[in-house]
Amino acid sequence: MDYFDPHIHMVSRTTDDYEILAKMGCVGMSEPAFWAGFDRGSVDSFRDYFHQLTDFEPQRAAQYGIQHFTWLCINAKEAENVELSREVIAMIPEFLDRPNVLGIGEIGLNKNTKNESTIFLEHMELAIQHNQQILIHTPHLEDKYQGTRMILDMLTADSRIDPTRVLVDHVEEHTAAEVLDRGFWAGMTLYPITKCTPQRAVDIIEMCGGERLLVNSAGDWGPSKPTAVPDLILEMRRREHSEDLIRKVVYDNPLEFFSQSENFNFQPRD
Amino acid sequence: MSIPMNSQQVLDREYLEIRGKILEVAASLDRLERAAGDVAQDPRMTLIQQGLQIALQSNDAQGDSRAKQIQLLFSREYADSWRKEFEL
Repeated sequence: MDYFDPHIHMVSRTTDDYEILAKMGCVGMSEPAFWAGFDRGSVDSFRDYFHQLTDFEPQRAAQYGIQHFTWLCINAKEAENVELSREVIAMIPEFLDRPNVLGIGEIGLNKNTKNESTIFLEHMELAIQHNQQILIHTPHLEDKYQGTRMILDMLTADSRIDPTRVLVDHVEEHTAAEVLDRGFWAGMTLYPITKCTPQRAVDIIEMCGGERLLVNSAGDWGPSKPTAVPDLILEMRRREHSEDLIRKVVYDNPLEFFSQSENFNFQPRD
Repeated sequence: MSIPMNSQQVLDREYLEIRGKILEVAASLDRLERAAGDVAQDPRMTLIQQGLQIALQSNDAQGDSRAKQIQLLFSREYADSWRKEFEL
């Protein structure tokens, strides 16, 4: 089955992973900007990173028939540095016209601090001013519930935000329903230990239904599994879910959400 | 949304997995007990015990699943006054 991974950090992966993903049915992916594992020291580091996301990675993916899209921002961990964050936000518009840029992301919270919230609001303003879609990172572990509620507070307090153009990622059992009930799209990240297993993600699909739900692998430099979406496909088949429902979650839904972006020129396979 | 498999099929499929997961938790608690020192007063031990109790109960009065209840147990509290406190 063809599938689309809506959240995967391919800059952290080898070219071998592109080959494996292609063999397993991945035909498209979107890569949000994120933390490099260390705090970067200048706006030029981000400029180089955004070149990598908009020039190099699409070419690397295309060698394996995978269409690569991306999102730009300074992530929540580095948003604690407000001065640097503002320099990066001011620089982002240089890249918004690149052909694979879908919007602003993954913005969000990490430890739910005042500085992170300040920069989240400034990213929101950037997205609004440039009519961009938004992809949101919610915190992990004990910070997730509080941080998700704070993010939803900021989004819903601004009437200029259209929830159908916002994807709130890393939802789990205690946050999925509220995100969906407020009209946003929700993403489940399949990741060992700190996020959601394929089994629990299928439980959430069974409890919430397949509308506005996406599934991704995160596939970053941590102990992640870039082929986690096929694991979910297998789990849904083992539970005897219909091929229509599986396809909706791993292919149709990402395409429907991303199609709201001007730059989403995805070409399905014949 | 309905689940295609019935409860007997789910149990048949998952019995050994559940057994294995219970054993992993039991072995971890044994390891804690065998190790030198005492963590009985560590608040995380209370959370673990509360989590295990939730797993043995049915869904709560609000209809929340055990998984959701355990997620909330291990979560920091949310207060809707946060924006005022941050002056945002």
